[in-house]
Amino acid sequence: MKRFVYINDDESSQELYCDNRISNRKYTVLNFLPKNLWEQFSRFMNQYFLLIACLQLWSLITPVNPASTWGPLIFIFAVSASKEAWDDYNRYLSDKKANEKHIWVVRQGIRKHIQAQDIHVGNIVWLRENDEVPCDLVLIGTSDTQGLCYVETAALDGETDLKTRVIPSACMGMDFELLHKIKGVIECPNPDKDIRRFDANLRLFPPFIDNDLCPLTIKNTLLQSCYLRNTEWACGVAVYTGNETKLGMSRGIPEPKLTAMDAMIDKLTGAIFVFQIVVVMVLGIAGNVWKDTEARKQWYVLYPIEGPWYELLVIPLRFELLCSIMIPISIKVSLDLVKSLYAKFIDWDSEMIDQDTGIPSHATNTAISEDLGQVEYILTDKTGTLTENRMIFRRCCISGIFYGNESGDALKDVKLLNAVAGSSPDVVRFLTVMAICNTVIPIKSKTGAILYKAQSQDEDALVNAAARLHMVYVNKNANILEIRFNGSVIQYEVLETLEFTSDRKRMSVVVKDCQNGKIVLLSKGADEAILPYAYAGQQTRALVEAVEQYAQLGLRTLCLAWRELKEDEYQEWSLMFKEASSTLVDREWRIAEVCQRLEHDFEVLGVTAIEDRLQDGVPETIETLRKAGINFWMLTGDKQNTAIQIALSCNFISPEPKGQLLLIDGKTEGEVCRSLERVLLTMRITSSEPKDVAFVVDGWALEIALKHYRKAFTELAILSRTAICCRVTPSQKAQLVELLKSCDYRTLAIGDGGNDVRMIQQADIGVGISGREGLQAARAADYSIGKFRFLKRLILVHGRYSYNRTAFLSQYSFYKSLVICFIQIFFSFISGVSGTSLFNSVSLMAYNVFYTSVPVLVSVLDKDLSEGTVMQHPQILVYCQAGRLLNPSTFAGWFGRSLFHLIVAAGMGPVLALKYFRYTYRPSKINALQQAERMGGPILSLGNIEPQPRLMEKEVSPLSITQPKNRNPVYEPLLSDSPNSTRRSFGSGAPFDFFQSQSRLSSSYSRNCKDN
Amino acid sequence: MTDTDRVRHRDTKTAFYLFTQQKLPACKPVLTPAWVITIFLFTGFIFIPLGLVTLRASRSVIEIVERYDTECVPEPFRIDKVSYIQDDSIPKNCSLFLKVHKYMKAPIYIYYQLDNYYQNHRRYVKSRSDQQLLNGQKYQATSSCQPVEFNNARPIVPCGLIAWSLFNDTFTFIRERAELKVNRKNIAWKSDRDHKFGKNVYPSNFQNGTLIGGGKLNPRIPLSDQEDLIVWMRTSALPSFRKLYGRIEEDLDADDVVLVQLMNNYNTYSFGGKKKLVLSTSSWLGGKNDFFGLACVFVGSSSLILAIVFMLLHLKFQR
Repeated sequence: MKRFVYINDDESSQELYCDNRISNRKYTVLNFLPKNLWEQFSRFMNQYFLLIACLQLWSLITPVNPASTWGPLIFIFAVSASKEAWDDYNRYLSDKKANEKHIWVVRQGIRKHIQAQDIHVGNIVWLRENDEVPCDLVLIGTSDTQGLCYVETAALDGETDLKTRVIPSACMGMDFELLHKIKGVIECPNPDKDIRRFDANLRLFPPFIDNDLCPLTIKNTLLQSCYLRNTEWACGVAVYTGNETKLGMSRGIPEPKLTAMDAMIDKLTGAIFVFQIVVVMVLGIAGNVWKDTEARKQWYVLYPIEGPWYELLVIPLRFELLCSIMIPISIKVSLDLVKSLYAKFIDWDSEMIDQDTGIPSHATNTAISEDLGQVEYILTDKTGTLTENRMIFRRCCISGIFYGNESGDALKDVKLLNAVAGSSPDVVRFLTVMAICNTVIPIKSKTGAILYKAQSQDEDALVNAAARLHMVYVNKNANILEIRFNGSVIQYEVLETLEFTSDRKRMSVVVKDCQNGKIVLLSKGADEAILPYAYAGQQTRALVEAVEQYAQLGLRTLCLAWRELKEDEYQEWSLMFKEASSTLVDREWRIAEVCQRLEHDFEVLGVTAIEDRLQDGVPETIETLRKAGINFWMLTGDKQNTAIQIALSCNFISPEPKGQLLLIDGKTEGEVCRSLERVLLTMRITSSEPKDVAFVVDGWALEIALKHYRKAFTELAILSRTAICCRVTPSQKAQLVELLKSCDYRTLAIGDGGNDVRMIQQADIGVGISGREGLQAARAADYSIGKFRFLKRLILVHGRYSYNRTAFLSQYSFYKSLVICFIQIFFSFISGVSGTSLFNSVSLMAYNVFYTSVPVLVSVLDKDLSEGTVMQHPQILVYCQAGRLLNPSTFAGWFGRSLFHLIVAAGMGPVLALKYFRYTYRPSKINALQQAERMGGPILSLGNIEPQPRLMEKEVSPLSITQPKNRNPVYEPLLSDSPNSTRRSFGSGAPFDFFQSQSRLSSSYSRNCKDN
Repeated sequence: MTDTDRVRHRDTKTAFYLFTQQKLPACKPVLTPAWVITIFLFTGFIFIPLGLVTLRASRSVIEIVERYDTECVPEPFRIDKVSYIQDDSIPKNCSLFLKVHKYMKAPIYIYYQLDNYYQNHRRYVKSRSDQQLLNGQKYQATSSCQPVEFNNARPIVPCGLIAWSLFNDTFTFIRERAELKVNRKNIAWKSDRDHKFGKNVYPSNFQNGTLIGGGKLNPRIPLSDQEDLIVWMRTSALPSFRKLYGRIEEDLDADDVVLVQLMNNYNTYSFGGKKKLVLSTSSWLGGKNDFFGLACVFVGSSSLILAIVFMLLHLKFQR
C-alpha cells in the first residue's frame, strides 16, 4: 500500500487523508459515559458489584438499604471516571494548544498564516528557527545554500544531539519564489511508526527541473514534534498529518501490567466467591426447609399458603445479598489508594535522587510496586546501565605499535605525541579516520571552542581524542569537511556515508581529498566486521592480539581501516548505491548488500580502545541483590571479552577458583548443540557445589539455541544463576525475557538505551536509567532511576515494603468483611434462617468505611524492619519473593482468624500468646531481625542462603503448567497466629534451628518450568 | 551548599518530609518475654477482680421463673391446646402460686418470657411502618406493613405483623388477699414514647379485620401511651426473650406466697413456644446474667495461667 502525495495541490488529497487535527483523546463528550462504563465493567469484580447492587433494588430480598452498596459503587466509579475524564481533558487541552498554533502554509500560491489543524497532506509548510514541526514533512527547502538544516529530535527519541536533515537532490537550489509554486508527487508508504525509516520517492512535475525519480529517506524528513535549530528557515511538504504521523502512530497505550499479587488476590477472590456460593446454597436450602416445616406453624409470620413462582429463590437470594460483603468493595478502593502512595514514596525518596543531575526517581506505572519485592531475575544491559557510558579514549594500536600501555592513557604517551609531531603517515591516516569517519557535527561556540554533537558516545570520544592529538575536526559545511592538522587545513568532500547498523557492525564514509582528488573509503567497526575483510597480504595477527588484550582490560575496541578507491570503481558503485537507496522494499537489506561490495580489501590501520567506566556502587548493588536471592543476567551488544571483563569487575561473576565460566559457542547447529549439552552437564554436576557457575553465550549461538534447542536452553536458564549474553540484538533481549517469564519467573529488565526498550516493555517490571543515551528507555519503563545503584533501594526497600503492606491490607480487607459476614450467617441460624440482617444499613456502611477501612490505611506506613536492617540482610527478601506473605495458606490463616474472632470477641489474649510462642521459639528470620534491631546489639549473623539448587523436575508434565501452585510446595505463613502455622510451631521441641526453613526454602525453588 | 540543599536541610524536620521519606517516628513493640508476661499478668489482675465483682452483682439478683403455658390449659384440653386457645367461648383465666424464697427488694420487675418465638424473622421484623406509628393515618405509604396493611381499604393503625401479633396475656398479683400494686407506666423507652410513637395517633381500626392476631388496643389512648405496644414493638434479636410487663413497688418477704391471676390469651401452642412469668429484682448491673462475670474471670485466669507458663518456660529455656 502506498500513498501518493501531490505537492501543493489544494483539492485532490483533502478528502483522502485526515487533516492535521491531533487527537490523543480516548473519549468524546458523547461516548465518554458508555465507553468508560463499558471499560470499567469489563472487570469481573465490578460486574459482581453491579449485580449485587441491582439485586438490592428488589426490596423483598434486600437485607439493607440499597444505598449502602450503590453509594460506594457510584463513588468508586465516579472516582475512576473522573480521573479518566480529567486525564482526557488535559490531553484535549494540550491537543487544542497544538492544533491551534499558527503556522505559515502555502495556499493557492500565497503564504498564509493558518492554524496547525488545517494543514492538509500536500501542503507546503514553512518553519522558522526554533519552531516545532507540526506534522511529518518532506524537506524541500532551507535557508542553507547546501540544503541542510538541523533538528532536535529529543521529543521523538530522547536523543539530545542535533541531527542534520538535507533536502532531496531534486529540490536543490530552488529559490524562495519557486518553492511556492512547486508541484510534484511523493510516493511514500502508508503511515507507520518507525521513526528511523522513510522509504519514499519524489518526482517533480515539469516545468521543474527533470522528471527523475528522487529517492527520499528519513534524512529528508522533518518529523512531528521535532524542533528546527540553527537554521533560519525551512519548508517542507506535509506527507503524514494528524494522528497518522510517525509520532502519532507510535503513541499507544501499552498493555497494563498485572502484578503477581493482583493475580493472587484475584484467585483468592475467586475462592471466596465459591465459598460464598456454597454458603448461600446451604443456607438457602436450609431456609426453605425451615420455612416449610417451621415458619408455616408460626401464625405471627403469616406465610401465605401459595407463594409466587419465585418463592424458592427468595431466601437464597437474600443470603446472597447478606454474604455479598464477603468480597469487599473497599479492597479495590484501598488498594488503588495505597498503590499510588507507594509510587509517590518512590518519587519522593530523597535517597534516590541522582546527585549529578538532580533528577529524582520516578514511578511511571503506579500499580506494580509489589512486584518489585518479588523479582527473581534481573536482566541488565551493560553499557550505560552498569557503566557510566562516558567514553574515554585510552589506548590504541597503530600498525603494530601499542600506545598508552605505560600510562594507561594514549593521549599522554610521549611515543604517540612524537609520532604525531613527526607526521608519521600511518599515524596521520589513523587520526584522519578517527576525526572524520563519523556523523559528528562540530559547532563553533561563541568563545571559539568547538563543540561536537555526536550521536554515539564512541564517536564523540574518538573525535575529541583526535582533536587532542592535533587532528582537529573544525567545520562541516555541507559536504565539505575541514580538519586542521599541525596548523595546516585539509579539506575533504564527503561523497557517501555508509551508516552504522547493528547488523553490519561498521560504518564507513567515502571522501574525496580536495587537494589531490583521491577517493578514499574510511571505515571503523567491530573487529569481526573489519578484520576478515583486510586485503589478502595484511598481517592481522598483531591487531587480533591488540583487540584481545584491550578486551581483557574491559575496554571497547574499534578497528579503523582505509582503502583507496579508483574513480571508476567508485562511480560504478555509486550508481548501485543510489539505486539501492531508492528502493521501497527491503531498502536496509539492499543497502547493506551494496555496502558490502565496497567494504573489502581494507588496509587495517589499527585499533582504538575506549574505556567505559563502571558506575558508582555497581559491584555492591549486584552483590547485595544476589544475596537477596535475585539472579542476574547481563545482556549486551558488546563483544564477549569486554562483557566478561566488565562482569568480573562488577562482581557479576567470580574469578576462577570460586567461579566457573562456561562457554556456549559454535557457528553451526551441531556445534551449538554439543556445547550446550556439555555446559548443561557441568551445570548439573556443579549445582550441588557452592560454586558460582555462569555461562556465556553470544548472539549467534543464542539464535540457534533459541530456535532449535529451546528446551535445553530453558533448563540451562533455570539452573544458572548468572548468565552473560553478548552480541545480542534488541529482539533477542526481549526473547530472553520472554523465556524467563514463561518459566514463571518474575523478571525485571533494566536498561538505558533505545535498544533496551523492547526488553523493558516485555519484562514484568521495566526499569529505565535516565542516562546519556537519551530518555527512550526511561520513557518506556515502569520506573526510571538515575543510577544503577538505586535499584538496590528500589527493590529491597520500596518493593519489599509495598509487598508487605499490600499483603496485609488485602488480607485484612477480606478478614474484616468475613468477620461481619460470619456474624450475619451465625445470626441467621437463630433468626429462623430467614435472612434477617443483624445490622442496619448505616452501621454496616460505617463498619466497612469508617471503622475498618480508613483507620487501617495507616498501615501503609508500617515497616516490619528498618531500612538499614533490610539492606544489611538482603536475604530477608526471600519472604517476598516466594510469596510467603500472601498465598492460600496465609489467607486461610486470616480466614481462620475471622472465624475465631466471631466466636471469641475478646480474642486478643490467645492471639498474643500464640504470636509470642512462635516469636520466641520458632522465630522467622524477620522476627529474628526485629529482635536484633530492638536490642540494638550486634546483629546475629544470619548466615548466607546458599545459592539454592533449582532443580528442574525430571519429567515436565504438561499438567504442571496449569498448576502454578506446585511452585511453592510449602507456604509458611508469617502470621504466626494463623492456626495452621501455630500448630506447627508447638510440635517441635528440638533445638530451634535459626533457619530450619532452609530446606523448605530451597524446595520452593524447585519449580516447574513450562515446557515449550 | 546550594539553594536546594538548604531547602532540603530546612525541610528535614517537618512532618511532611518525614512522611515522604517514610521516617515518621513509630513505636515497634517487640514480643520480649518480660513485656509479654507483664501484659498477661496485668490482664489477669484487671479481669479477675472485675469478673468477680460483676459475678457477685449478678448473683445478688433474685429471680422467680414460672412456666405457665401448659399448666394454664385445663386438663381436658391438653390434647389439643391449639383449638382451646383459639376458642373464644372458653374462659382463659388461670391461677398460679409463686413462692418467694428470699427477701426481694422493690422495685420487683415483672417480665413475660417467650421461648421459640422468632421476633427476628425477616418477614416479621420488616412488617411495620415507623412513619405511620409517628404520624398515623396521615401517612399513607405503608407497603412495608404487608401482609397486615389494610382494613376496608384503609391502612390499619398501627399496621404490620408486629403490632398485629401483640402479646395479650394479663397478670394480677395477690398477696394475702391484698392485690399488689403493679406499676405499668414507664416500662417503655422514653425515647420511643417521645419520638417514635405519635401523641395524636389513635389505634382506631386496630384488630377489626377478619384476621385477629394478638391483643387489642384501647382506641381512645394515643400510641405514645400504649406502653405494652411500644415494648412489644421493640423486637427482640433472639428467639428467646423477656419483655417488661410492669413493676411491683412493694418488697416481698421470704416465704411469701403470691397468687397470680392471669388471662392465658396468647397462642404459642401452634408452634410449641413456651410462656414464662418472671419476677426479678435488679442490681447496679441490671438483671441476673452471669455471662459477663464468667467471661471476665475466664479471660483473667487464662491470662494469668499463660503468664505463669511463660514465666516457667522463660526460666527453663533462657534465650
